Amino acid sequence: MSRKVHVQTQINGENVEFLCEPRQSMLEVLRNELDLTGAKEGCNNGNCGACTIIVEGRPVNSCCMLGVEAEGKEIQTIEGVATPEGLHPLQQKFLEHAALQCGICTPGFIMNAKVLLETNPNPTEEEVRFWLAGNLCRCTGYDKIIRAVLDTTETTGVSTNG
Amino acid sequence: MQAFDYVAAKSLSEAVNLLTKYRDQARILSGGTDLIVQVRENHRQVGMMVDIKGVPEVNTLSYNGSLEIGASVPCYKIYSNEAIKSNFPALVDATSIIGGVQIQSRASVGGNLCNASPAADSIPALIILGTQCVVNGPDGERSVAVEDFCDGPGQTALESNELLVKLVIPTPAPNASSFYLRFTPRNEMDIAVVGAGAAVELSADHQTFVSARIALGAVAPTPLFADDASSLLAGKPVSDESIEEACEAAKDIATPISDMRGTAAQRTHLVGVLTRRALNGAINRIKEGS
Repeated sequence: MSRKVHVQTQINGENVEFLCEPRQSMLEVLRNELDLTGAKEGCNNGNCGACTIIVEGRPVNSCCMLGVEAEGKEIQTIEGVATPEGLHPLQQKFLEHAALQCGICTPGFIMNAKVLLETNPNPTEEEVRFWLAGNLCRCTGYDKIIRAVLDTTETTGVSTNG
Repeated sequence: MQAFDYVAAKSLSEAVNLLTKYRDQARILSGGTDLIVQVRENHRQVGMMVDIKGVPEVNTLSYNGSLEIGASVPCYKIYSNEAIKSNFPALVDATSIIGGVQIQSRASVGGNLCNASPAADSIPALIILGTQCVVNGPDGERSVAVEDFCDGPGQTALESNELLVKLVIPTPAPNASSFYLRFTPRNEMDIAVVGAGAAVELSADHQTFVSARIALGAVAPTPLFADDASSLLAGKPVSDESIEEACEAAKDIATPISDMRGTAAQRTHLVGVLTRRALNGAINRIKEGS
């Protein structure tokens, strides 16, 4: 076993320090060391997107990133998306459209869609589908998810940075 | 996951020193989208992970006489770059279909090359663009033509104490463009059954091929430069007959295997189809650009 490494990072706007082994993925660190269990382990090889987090403004599969790589980075997870005032518009629209069944894929979809709407506030349906291609859902058949994301753009426009 | 040590190198010399010390036990970490999965699934034994993303030289992305892409520059920065969109569109074609956006946030073209998959999407694009790979090691710098970089699946021309620093791509001629495409059952998040790229330079009146470079993926142990198919187009009229002749020559060098993605016969057929589409795609881009 390698020696643990001290990592300083920022998660959901708060400075966070943790110890981890180099072999621990960012997903394992979030779930097992920091009790942030919103990001889910699906395939653990970069295919399903259930572990998607935002690193320096970009969506990343946290299973394909080492915890030690978080040093000095700004990270967002699903836990930081809602505010004390209420749900993020994407979360609200996922509820309204019933864009989830078992819910395992949902945090990953929300995080990835959040980056989409921050970089492209009014995407076409094709752009939404292409952007979300790296997130798998085995329950909904995707249509409800796509509609929820498109509805978020139509109702809130650019004000999706919550 | 197996245990390993980790160092975030701050300079090329620090990275080379670590490679020299740990040799086959060391592995360069960039985007990690291949490497971390390989280590987790025990396809690769690594004792020392050398993260080079903090090394300035591997993060360069500049277009000044030639295009220089640092080995760690992630896919999304490549397909978002205006100079690359205008002058090297095959690179945009290739990098925008490697994984989904989460993969593209981290995966680099340099890593795609060093992973040396026969089906790597970016390698045929690099081959047709005449890319030189700048490599650094204990004896300093050397340059390798990208078509000579891969030796076999997962095998490269790199010595165990060397690393890829950057890719250097010459500026295309005025009446030139490039195109890469692949065949996959699903448009996104899939691995090429066959990939084909073409870079074409036409005469000013667009009637004659001045030169062409064709490259193929997933039909041999390494991505292939289709040398004969490329050179026979020089001086030929831009016609269906010339293109068909090149497609047949490209099929001649394909030695595909049959596997879960497709049979050898289907892959050979696809080489013809995709080479034609890649050539026509590049030709159309030249015509649209003028």
